Amino acid sequence: MADAPGPDGTSAARVEITRDEVAHLADLARIDLSDAELDHLAPQLSVILESVASITGVAGEDVPPTSHALPMSNVMREDVVVPGLSAEQALSGAPASEQQRFSVPRILGDEQ
Amino acid sequence: MTETLLSFEESLERFDPAMGLEVHVELNTNSKMFCGCPTEFGAEPNTQVCPTCLGLPGAMPVVNRTGVESAIRIGLALNCRIAEWCRFARKNYFYPDMPKNFQTSQYDEPIAFEGFMDVDVDGETFRVEIERAHMEEDTGKSLHVGGATGRIHGADHSLVDYNRAGIPLIEIVTKPILGAREKAPQIAKAYVAQLRELIVALGVSDARMDQGSIRADVNLSLSPKGDGGLGTRTETKNVNSLRSVERAVRYEMQRHAAILAGGGSILQETRHWHEDTGITTSGREKSDAEDYRYFPEPDLVPVAPSREWVEELRGTLPENPTVKRARLQAEWGYSDLEMRDTVGAGALALVEQTIAAGASPQAARKWWLSELARRANDTETDIAALGVGPADVAAVQALVDAGTINDKLARQVFEGLYAGEGSPEEIVAARGLAIVSDDGALGAAVDSAIAANPDVADKIRDGKVAAAGALIGAVMKEMRGQADAGRVRELILEKLTPAG
Repeated sequence: MADAPGPDGTSAARVEITRDEVAHLADLARIDLSDAELDHLAPQLSVILESVASITGVAGEDVPPTSHALPMSNVMREDVVVPGLSAEQALSGAPASEQQRFSVPRILGDEQ
Repeated sequence: MTETLLSFEESLERFDPAMGLEVHVELNTNSKMFCGCPTEFGAEPNTQVCPTCLGLPGAMPVVNRTGVESAIRIGLALNCRIAEWCRFARKNYFYPDMPKNFQTSQYDEPIAFEGFMDVDVDGETFRVEIERAHMEEDTGKSLHVGGATGRIHGADHSLVDYNRAGIPLIEIVTKPILGAREKAPQIAKAYVAQLRELIVALGVSDARMDQGSIRADVNLSLSPKGDGGLGTRTETKNVNSLRSVERAVRYEMQRHAAILAGGGSILQETRHWHEDTGITTSGREKSDAEDYRYFPEPDLVPVAPSREWVEELRGTLPENPTVKRARLQAEWGYSDLEMRDTVGAGALALVEQTIAAGASPQAARKWWLSELARRANDTETDIAALGVGPADVAAVQALVDAGTINDKLARQVFEGLYAGEGSPEEIVAARGLAIVSDDGALGAAVDSAIAANPDVADKIRDGKVAAAGALIGAVMKEMRGQADAGRVRELILEKLTPAG
């Protein structure tokens, strides 16, 4: 994504996501978009990014970037087993199952 | 699909290899990394799952303290620095092995970084630099249905079991290993072997390569000899035995060399290792890291291990493996060569456990390096995965020490162990292997041996006691090796020499 905004947010208006980038992201997300949809979505996503980018104008130099709403760390649980779901419960919401496993369409490409 | 290979020697004449090793260690925590589901290997499909590891809406992950603790201990044992503050990140990809559509991992803030491990190869020490060790979670297991071989290609659909999804993994990544030259395959194997030893000593994983609790990916590239640069690399995935680590490095060196020598270029891609044929085949083109669109995991708060905690964990580290090897060698009275062979066979921990189970150091080494190493080689199996463990070996040796069987018969007991016929004692009983020292049975065999070999008997009567060997051999043959040779000798002399 081009042109990250400056700390003052003034360049936020220039944040832009290109049509090619949207097509690539759609491909990664396994979403099939038509040419018309790409033409339609790319400018819209740019507007959303611009809006989000304007938030960076709010923070001054003295405000560090943050990824979490609460200033917390080290929230951990003890290594203790707790009962989960039965296989029947786990599979109850699956569109299809077979041999007590989730059935999914033929997998294209490789495992990660 | 057959690839052209250059000979290993010629590939070294023209190119320098650079390697990078990524090893995934599945931790042996009771529960998963971000939820309380159990982690038993081999459970019925989808019986160890919950809303969190199934990625159901609204489920919230919470970090397993023991998982973090194991990660820190692994990092410390690899001489790493431990992050004062680090976060988890979402690695986004769409594939049904992760129902969340992302894998919780760490990106640019690994919990441990900048370490090293000194690897011994042929008595020389080679330092492998560790770039990072980070925390992540394992994926589910897919079963591909409809294809002939259970592989992806040709399958109609896939069936997924999420029992493994969310089990804690530590991924340990080396820096590029340069200057290894002809030792590259051996160094790769020795690194993974020593890393596994370390993991065993730390007690943080089952460390079973055959069950996938340790998995290695081998990155390899070649550059023109003396060039000093880094060529385009391939990443060979899921190399699941020590022997295969060595073979995969060697194979990719020869394959790259043939392509480059022919004026071609290497495609940056994932390669699949085929254990059965010893080759790699093309997988997908490698995604760029940015295609995973990593971002900090908002549902997990940062991990900031206090320095007190880190030091406390440092105090729990086992003895450094290099120091330990020197100590064991002295304790066991092994020569340098014996020790090197033991380590090289991946049998150090096995020998140690066998000695702890009561066998003498020489007996433990003898069985592991002759009988069991041969078996591992013949069956192309990891020596730790033969289905015969230290307790079995110690039990066999105890039977030898007690005079119940001899070394030759012990080999038949091992055959029985491979075939799953029960414990060594049960096999001796079922196969009727025990040495006969009963005078009645032996005496009859001795008499018939004397009768069949009158010349030999006469020599012994004339005082040539050394000739008794021929009669002992005849008795052993008749009794299928199960006679007590010492007692047979006594009986022969009693019968043929007046003084007894």
